[in-house]
Amino acid sequence: MSSQLILNNHIANDEWQLIEPPKAQEEVKKQAGKVVIFKITGEASLNQDQIEKTTFPKSGKIILPIQVLLHHQKALMDRIAKKEIGIWIETHEEINSFIDKIDDINKFSLISVNVRKFADGRIFSIGNMLRMKYKFKNELRAIGDVLRDQLFFLKRSGFNSFLIRKDRDANDAILGLTDFSTPYQGAVDQQKPAWKIIKR
Amino acid sequence: MYKYDTLDQTLVNERVAQYEGQLTRFLNKELTEEEFRPLRLQNGLYIQRHAPMLRVAIPYGLLSSSQLIKLADIADKFDRGYGHFSTRQNIQFNWPKLEDTPKILKELAKVEMHAIQTSGNCIRNITTDQFAGVAPDEIIDPRYLAEIIRQWSTFHPEFALLPRKFKIAITGSSKDRAIVQAHDIGLEIFANNKNEMTVKVWVGGGLGRTPILGSVIKESLSWKHMLTYCEAILRIYNLYGRRDNMYKARIKILVKSLGIEKFKQLVDKEWETIKDGPNTLDELEINRVKAFFSEPNYKSRGTDELSKYTDNKQFSQWLLRCTHKHKKLGYRSVTLSLKSNEQAPGDATSDQMRSVAELAEQYSFGEIRVSHEQNLILADVLEDDLFELWEKAKVQKLTTPNIGLLTDIICCPGGDFCSLANAKSIPIAKSIQDIFDDMDYLHDIGEINLNISGCMNACGHHHVGHIGILGVDKDGSEWYQVTLGGNQGNFASIGKVIGPSFSEEEMPEVIKKIIGTYVSNRHPDENFIDCVSRIGIDPFKKEVYGEKGKK
Ligand code: SF4
Repeated sequence: MSSQLILNNHIANDEWQLIEPPKAQEEVKKQAGKVVIFKITGEASLNQDQIEKTTFPKSGKIILPIQVLLHHQKALMDRIAKKEIGIWIETHEEINSFIDKIDDINKFSLISVNVRKFADGRIFSIGNMLRMKYKFKNELRAIGDVLRDQLFFLKRSGFNSFLIRKDRDANDAILGLTDFSTPYQGAVDQQKPAWKIIKR
Repeated sequence: MYKYDTLDQTLVNERVAQYEGQLTRFLNKELTEEEFRPLRLQNGLYIQRHAPMLRVAIPYGLLSSSQLIKLADIADKFDRGYGHFSTRQNIQFNWPKLEDTPKILKELAKVEMHAIQTSGNCIRNITTDQFAGVAPDEIIDPRYLAEIIRQWSTFHPEFALLPRKFKIAITGSSKDRAIVQAHDIGLEIFANNKNEMTVKVWVGGGLGRTPILGSVIKESLSWKHMLTYCEAILRIYNLYGRRDNMYKARIKILVKSLGIEKFKQLVDKEWETIKDGPNTLDELEINRVKAFFSEPNYKSRGTDELSKYTDNKQFSQWLLRCTHKHKKLGYRSVTLSLKSNEQAPGDATSDQMRSVAELAEQYSFGEIRVSHEQNLILADVLEDDLFELWEKAKVQKLTTPNIGLLTDIICCPGGDFCSLANAKSIPIAKSIQDIFDDMDYLHDIGEINLNISGCMNACGHHHVGHIGILGVDKDGSEWYQVTLGGNQGNFASIGKVIGPSFSEEEMPEVIKKIIGTYVSNRHPDENFIDCVSRIGIDPFKKEVYGEKGKK
């Protein structure tokens, strides 16, 4: 089977291993009626038990859930320096909540953002902020429900790496990157709007 | 009006190709129903009761004669010879075949039209004042700003899949005819005390099941920052708007649950990081787009033709109701009513479209506007031409002198076409138009906005109608709830429900009683809405429900 990964406009081999945390034991209760920003949607992050029980191999390139990474950050210093550690975030996770716990985001050679449903457009804002506000320069990967018809927007939002959903053909999906030639507005890939680039 | 350059045309052509590919993949089962849904919606395609419905964008309601002729041709070739103009200043075709939709889009692209983002969870068609550029009370013509927003929002990558639909309206007049307070973002353009173009920004307004008027988030913002500030608002909404419950997903719910202060704080903080960024507007772009909206070649005032016709009562009535003051002496704007009782409100046949296109060509610089009251407007007509125009338009039944009156009903397609409907709305409109067919009486009772929506989605804007009618579902049958006292414009307010709902047969009588109550309570020259605010809804309730109780 050919690879599901599109990296910088080409089909590429995936060198990274995604580390899944164990399933939560107890149901996390929603905080009904209480307005807590960032939890408005009631999506749960990993609990302490899950974080501690996540296991991963001692060598090789691995992508760790952000909470797990923060938990082991000190112990993983060497591997981070060797560019063996990637970050995994979910679309409901707040970048602000962990960014100041990491001294230099560019020490990580990969950040992957998991989109559980393709229609979840938060991933676009997250990509934009990682690139523009937090100046992340390395591989930014979309994982999860990643499909052809969202690729153009993902690319424009700063993603350069796409792990296409297993049941779809990456060779077909890659065509989505070139749906449009010259967009109107400035975004991440092309920061200036059309009117500042070409004479209209 | 705006003319496409190669960039605009290429984008639209590429969109047609993209959509054609998506449809093919869907028909080949390479895309599931669920995956295809947002794609087709963002191209204006609904799956309706009888057939798909295709909604075509008319950016800020502006059309050229050749575009309108194209719409007429599409109506004939792919539909049943008519189209429906919606309250969003768009046009909807109710009977196209799914396989034909790419062909329709190709035809549209030939006249610089498309169906991009006319539905789905994205930034929708920008709307504005139907009298933009010609209203005597206008401070700044908002059309070129609307065009700039249109381009910025078209395929905006960050906001391609929002929690819910997102509507932006812009006005440049002291009298707000664009109902900016009822939009997700409302922009009011004015000149500050240094005479610089400035924007007042409203956020979180909306109709639908939880009607809320917007709150001011920025009292004054330089035009340069218009796009980046909208980006900051949209980013906060995109990140934190609810995605778990579609009924709570609009920005108004987020603004309400956080409170405007907290919301504003988040937006301003985000804005700091993108303010002065690449999407900051500059003179170059403003002037480029503005040039498309320069004044047409107005003639100077001719002979005083109009005084010849003061004895013609029909014409005088029409003049009074269907023509509007113009900034240029000797000109008027004309509303061609799509509210005769012979067709559903907002519907136009292909013949009507063609004749309106011809009238526009002849009398109004080849341009037509669609109003959010679902009528067509010729914005620049020489007073001396009015009589001639009236006689020609009359043949096509476009001169019902009811603009702003009770029978100028705003009405969504409702249960006859829309699969979300609780109840039909067109037959209710018709039954009301039928009993109020005495023009003299209609003129006597004066300005009354009656709005009908077939369900909570409020496409007929029933909350802001002086009289609002909402289709509700009770044990599987169709009922109608009535509200009174809604209003739009600067004195926008949400109507109050008068009581339990009514059956279809009861509706004309109910409206009759409401009007009766008004007539017997009004002060001389008092408008319906002013009377309702003065006496409250109780006298109306008593009249409407009182007798029923006695039965
Ligand atoms: S208000 Fe409801 S019934 Fe009417 S068009 Fe909108 S969704 Fe359909």
